[in-house]
Amino acid sequence: MDVSPTQFLRFVDVKKSYDQKELVVKGFSLDVAKGEFITLLGPSGSGKTTILMLLAGFESVTGGDIQIDGIPVTRTAPYKRNIGMVFQNYALFPHMTVAENLAYPLKVRNMARSEIVQRVDEYLGLVELEGYGKRHPGQLSGGQRQRVALARALIFEPSLVLMDEPLGALDKKLREQMQLEITRLHRRLAFTVIYVTHDQTEALTMSDRVAVFNDGVVQQCASPDELYERPSNAFVADFIGENNLIPGEISAVAGEEVRVAVAGGQEVVAQAADIREVGGGCIVSVRPEKMFIKPSDHAYDNEITAKFIVRHYVGDFIRYYFELSDGSEITIKVLNDLAAPKFDEGQHAKLIWQAGDCFAFRTM
Amino acid sequence: MSRFPDYFNIWHKTGVYALRLSAGSVLFFLMLPILVIIPLSFNSQPYFTFTEGMLSFDASAYSLRWYNAILENPNWILAIRNSFIIGFFATIVATTLGTVAAVGLASPDMPFKRVITALLLSPMIVPLIIIAAGMFFFYTRFNLVGTFPGLIIAHAALGVPFVIVTVTATLSGFDRSLYNAGLSLGANPLRVFKDVVLPLIRPGVISGGLFAFVTSFDEVVLVLFLAGPDQRTIPRQMFSGLREQINPTILAVATLLVFVSICLLVSLELLRRRSERLRGV
Repeated sequence: MDVSPTQFLRFVDVKKSYDQKELVVKGFSLDVAKGEFITLLGPSGSGKTTILMLLAGFESVTGGDIQIDGIPVTRTAPYKRNIGMVFQNYALFPHMTVAENLAYPLKVRNMARSEIVQRVDEYLGLVELEGYGKRHPGQLSGGQRQRVALARALIFEPSLVLMDEPLGALDKKLREQMQLEITRLHRRLAFTVIYVTHDQTEALTMSDRVAVFNDGVVQQCASPDELYERPSNAFVADFIGENNLIPGEISAVAGEEVRVAVAGGQEVVAQAADIREVGGGCIVSVRPEKMFIKPSDHAYDNEITAKFIVRHYVGDFIRYYFELSDGSEITIKVLNDLAAPKFDEGQHAKLIWQAGDCFAFRTM
Repeated sequence: MSRFPDYFNIWHKTGVYALRLSAGSVLFFLMLPILVIIPLSFNSQPYFTFTEGMLSFDASAYSLRWYNAILENPNWILAIRNSFIIGFFATIVATTLGTVAAVGLASPDMPFKRVITALLLSPMIVPLIIIAAGMFFFYTRFNLVGTFPGLIIAHAALGVPFVIVTVTATLSGFDRSLYNAGLSLGANPLRVFKDVVLPLIRPGVISGGLFAFVTSFDEVVLVLFLAGPDQRTIPRQMFSGLREQINPTILAVATLLVFVSICLLVSLELLRRRSERLRGV
């Protein structure tokens, strides 16, 4: 069978249920290209780790099919799938040295001893752990263990590597360092990655594409900038980054633009994300950095009145909190310069933004 | 001795001393019968009491006479040999079966886990005399009474629960993702068991095995029911020795058993430390 390069890994309507009653994964479909870095992002319990378990073969699918290179793998034993995996808690064998850990996948593949030694040295170098081969995992720091786990998942040259929240146990600084490391290895060795995380910064910085999961369903699968700039529904708008979500009523639809009446009948213009007809409730989303406080020399299409509550000094910017007449809260980020305005509590202000920066979604 | 905190009054202090006294006496009465037999086993007289010579530390009052008596008595030699043979094979059988059972019971998709565990552990709870009587009637049908295989199987059944308990305990600290990691690296389940699971639960397997051995080694009820004259073990020989020939040979054997036990306890402790070191990841 001729396999298109964009369909190296295919999930076809995959379903999974643990108790034969409730589906944890409800019809998951995704095509992954060879060499792509795909992240499954979602809150805990959204089914993203289950997808990884199904792909690795530790759990069996309830319905649907998973294909690698055009070949269905759902009936292949996990140890024959040739998929590298990096576990959340590293899962290094504590009774083996670092070198023995790395050698293990080669040993079970009956590789010649001299070749194993050579390959282990090469991969220790690749993750910058030369000279650590004789240590036990217990003698390494968290970051070093993660590097060993990474090297062990890559050393047998699998074409597909799964990572299950691999950086979850590390502190912020180490995490950023390891993100760079993983990206570097991915560019250099060109393997395909399925990466699971609940940390959106991690997802946005590392991936080619991000699949946002909720409730066993993919809400949106797109590149990081599209996900941030053009969320396709209210869940994604709320989940990715910070967003002001203002409830309103749709009063008119004109192609890609809709008019929405928000708090106290004030009309705003927004892009229609998943709205096709007039009437019913909706949610208008605007990012805090896309809103401005009048007077301002930014061009604008929308203007609403809001009551000032409090401002928080963050450092490089200042965060303003406002309240609309219906009680919904609005946050605005303003760069910390001389123009940053001051208000008294309860004072009214005019907030402005462009129609292109805001989206109207069906109410969840 | 730590200094008492400043707020302690006379009653607090009395309480502390009373606690120390009672704890000390419990230890004393636990250890005394064991400690007393050791010097008595070196008695040069055929008595079970301290002679005047022994109390005044007269060298001639001590001897290895009763240790020689063990070596000269073919009954004792046979009993010691039997105890080790039966203990050894019962341990092998119990450890193998117990480890496999514990690993199976630890699997998340094992059905009827509680019922099976209860059944396997029952030899620990059911009174020995009932097991012995049951086995006697059952084994008669298979001509196993009065044979070595019969005793080995019986003692193995008694030892299995200990192995299950200790191996289950080590398995509870076993991270299942290690097993999955092994599979993902390309090793089949048997290979993962051999290379990853077994080395990590080995301390539990060995201590379970030691318990099984000790159980077989000092077991007398099943032996009374199932053993013929050729299968007499040390406890059985001591039992008849107490009734038939009252002399300190028994004390010499007991002293030897105390040393065997100490050796086993020390090796258990060393194993425990080793497993802690391995887990201190």
